[in-house]
Amino acid sequence: MNLYDLTLHEVHEKILEKEISAKDLLDSVFDRIDKVEDKVNSFITITKEKAHEAANKIDKKIAQGETIGSLMGIPMAVKDNICTKDVKTTCGSKMLENFIPPYNAEAYERLENAGAIMIGKTNMDELGMGSSTENSYYKVTRNPWNLDMVSGGSSGGSAAAVAAGEAFYALGTDTGGSIRQPASFCGIVGMKPSYGAVSRYGAVAYASSLEQVGVLTKDVYDCAIILNYLYGHDPKDSTSLNIVHDNFIEGLKKDIKGLKIGIPKEYYGTGIDDEVKNSIKTALKAFESLGAHIEETGLAYSEYSLPVYYIIALSEASSNFARLDGIRYGYNANDYKDLDDMYTKSRSQGLGEEVKNRILLGTHSLIDKNYKTHYDKAIRVRRLIKEDFDKSFQKYDLLVIPAYPTAAFEIGGKIKDEAAMYMGDLCTVPVNVAGVPAMTVPCGYNSKGLPIGMQLVGKHMGEATILRAAYAYENNASYTKLKPKL
Amino acid sequence: MRYETVIGLEVHVELSTKSKAFCSCKNEFGSEVNTNCCPVCLGYPGALPVLNKKVVEYAVKAGLALNCDISLYSKTDRKNYFYPDLPKAYQISQDDMPICKNGFIEIEVDEEIKKIGITRIHIEEDAGKLLHGAGDEDYSLVDFNRAGVPLIEIVSEPDIRSPEEARLYLEKLKSILEYLEISDCKMQEGSLRCDANISLRPIDEEKFGVKSEIKNMNSMKSLERALEFEVKRQTEILLQGEEVAPETRRWDDAKSITIAMRAKDKTYDYRNFPEADLVPIVLEPEWIKEIKTNLPELPDFKRNRFVKQYGIPKYDASVLTLSKDLSVFFERCAKDYKNPKAVSNWVMGEVLRILKEREQEISNIKFPPEYLRELIDLIDEGLLNSSAAKLVFEEMFDTGKEPKTLLDKLGLKQISDEDAIGELVNEVLANNQESVEAYKNGKSNALKYLVGQAMKISKGKANPKMINSMLLERLED
Repeated sequence: MNLYDLTLHEVHEKILEKEISAKDLLDSVFDRIDKVEDKVNSFITITKEKAHEAANKIDKKIAQGETIGSLMGIPMAVKDNICTKDVKTTCGSKMLENFIPPYNAEAYERLENAGAIMIGKTNMDELGMGSSTENSYYKVTRNPWNLDMVSGGSSGGSAAAVAAGEAFYALGTDTGGSIRQPASFCGIVGMKPSYGAVSRYGAVAYASSLEQVGVLTKDVYDCAIILNYLYGHDPKDSTSLNIVHDNFIEGLKKDIKGLKIGIPKEYYGTGIDDEVKNSIKTALKAFESLGAHIEETGLAYSEYSLPVYYIIALSEASSNFARLDGIRYGYNANDYKDLDDMYTKSRSQGLGEEVKNRILLGTHSLIDKNYKTHYDKAIRVRRLIKEDFDKSFQKYDLLVIPAYPTAAFEIGGKIKDEAAMYMGDLCTVPVNVAGVPAMTVPCGYNSKGLPIGMQLVGKHMGEATILRAAYAYENNASYTKLKPKL
Repeated sequence: MRYETVIGLEVHVELSTKSKAFCSCKNEFGSEVNTNCCPVCLGYPGALPVLNKKVVEYAVKAGLALNCDISLYSKTDRKNYFYPDLPKAYQISQDDMPICKNGFIEIEVDEEIKKIGITRIHIEEDAGKLLHGAGDEDYSLVDFNRAGVPLIEIVSEPDIRSPEEARLYLEKLKSILEYLEISDCKMQEGSLRCDANISLRPIDEEKFGVKSEIKNMNSMKSLERALEFEVKRQTEILLQGEEVAPETRRWDDAKSITIAMRAKDKTYDYRNFPEADLVPIVLEPEWIKEIKTNLPELPDFKRNRFVKQYGIPKYDASVLTLSKDLSVFFERCAKDYKNPKAVSNWVMGEVLRILKEREQEISNIKFPPEYLRELIDLIDEGLLNSSAAKLVFEEMFDTGKEPKTLLDKLGLKQISDEDAIGELVNEVLANNQESVEAYKNGKSNALKYLVGQAMKISKGKANPKMINSMLLERLED
């Protein structure tokens, strides 16, 4: 067994026992990167030197007898739209090719302060726009389970890195499924926290009212460990909530007897692959055998989630990314006639097609003529969708839905059919619209050997319940867990 | 055809909070270029705004002082446009739910009180400043020190009917804001900026005419002059049977004209929508009450108190209370003093004159107000005549020294000693035999001449009353 194959909590045990050092772990991970990164393309930037410096420091601290925290000395990766001090943060865009933030995102800083070792910044769809990591300006990330397949997106680099053993866990962001869908494609655990649970400070905003920073891990236990660090109020983010949370690990091992799980039928209709449906059906049986009650239910407004999501997300994006004007930082077209020409050229040349499409659509929704029928209507329908979820959670502790209608699709395959790709968002997007937490948990493989994931959706700030159920399932799953063969 | 002028003012006020509106950078005028900025006010990716509570407090103070309804629930919005001085490419402002609404200001026009309605007050942030390359230098630089400085925008109803009323409104508004100590209100430095919407309509017509928006007025005087120019310009257009073009115009103070900047018919679409990086502004009624209780005395109230308490004319009280600093100066001087009107005359006369002459602010005056009272005391005691008192005052203004010390230093102390006056009178009588004869021949004017001679010899220090009576005594002997 190689060190890089272990989970975060397993290697933590080894560090605790002084079996291995932070350097050993780092060497193992970098050996792995040397071997597989060319195939997978998880990273935009690898920070080998910095990582070694940090690991040295940690090893010294450990030698001096400092208390060893759960993250100390353990290599991890960060999605490239999460600002890291003095390390390039490109957001997968040419526009920010040389952008080096002078500050850390709060989420990353909390982990760094706890001794986490960042080994690099992971690939992503440009500015978070896409669900296959094919929209990156830099490279296409491949699925470690099958290199012809996409890794999912937009946090595809983070998901692939964790699945391929290049990092023990990775930070991602989820605006409309960008953590949960790639986690599903890569057969790992991915958590999108409740809106307001984790600071967004320093995570480059795509759609402010929808997104959260979250984490991709090898198993549920690891997820609980990281969430303990990420959660909690940050005065730098006005939308971060001041709510005390329980220790997520302590709650993990309680049983799930009597847990009420709703199965909203709208998420199992046409378009959802039979293999996906069957895997989830099997998983539900496992839940039942653990004492949970399963019941079919409905979320009637879900069908409106897509237009609501796209109008809100793209409107906010059109405004959030307007700052990428090439004046203070980022790509600036050198050859221009006047101010307007500078804006036009810098943005036309610095931003990719998908980004430009989305910015145009968002702008369109906000202009005076359309505001009432587009943006304003979307935020009103959004309220109904939220209420729909709220009502559901008065009855159920959790909802279980597919993480995606299919397993990972082929590179270059689906992306040409934009409408089909957007349909895939139906599984993940309503969760962001409602602001509730959801976690992808692997629940089997399809006939091609590609992982399938299901989502456990909880009520707002109901992460502990999700974790408990997911942990119980993971330890009683009726399929054999595999590792990608790379 | 006769026309009525209709004016509405939009006033931007920079709040004098210690830090900026959405980050902890210093809110300071005149710092070295680009030293008061951070990822938040530079619009760096991932940086998020956090609303400064003081900004809300100051806006509520303004709202209460301007008789507004305070919204218990308001929100911030984004106003989107591209410009190099706007780092995020949107300004955080308040669109459809401002923090204060429906207020008014009272001004006095021709001794009548007139209410000017205030439509709304909202919170927003300032932009940076462009520094253009001089002459042929083909570049512009941006100073972001001002980016994110908190502003309130105060929008009046179109209730103003003349350029004079506009000035009176702005003077009163400035006065109230100064009393609240929420802004420096310096038009020259741009901490108080005023745009005016002005249109004309035939008298008795209800429908408003086509308006121009006038910008770049850097003083009360230029506001009034710009609007006077605009009234004339629009009147001429209308009298020729033509239509006023809807446009934004810039006041050129040197040329004393307004110049068209851009047409208003193509309005820019700012795509206003809610700012999702901030939460709604929800206020507790208790908090508002607390602010209201702690509001300082405001100019109108103080003016009425001055009339009652000091028995000075209403006009004096109005002038003295328009500026908070001036009113404090007067009051420290007049408090428990037997002759407040004399103080008022001095403050409104010499004090304002010298401040204007030396281009200084009352707040920077070197001597404490109590010194002025001492000076007036010296006049009352007969130790100083009024022309000498003015000399002492100037010296006091320049040095900040006590009047008594200056009196000795300048040798200006009035001579009221009988022996000294006697000697002086003797000398004058001996040297002016012709005038003495003339007086005795019935030319009473000669006495005046003799008094003048005595004053001249004493270099103005002699007590003129004593000289007069002593001369009379001798001449009648």
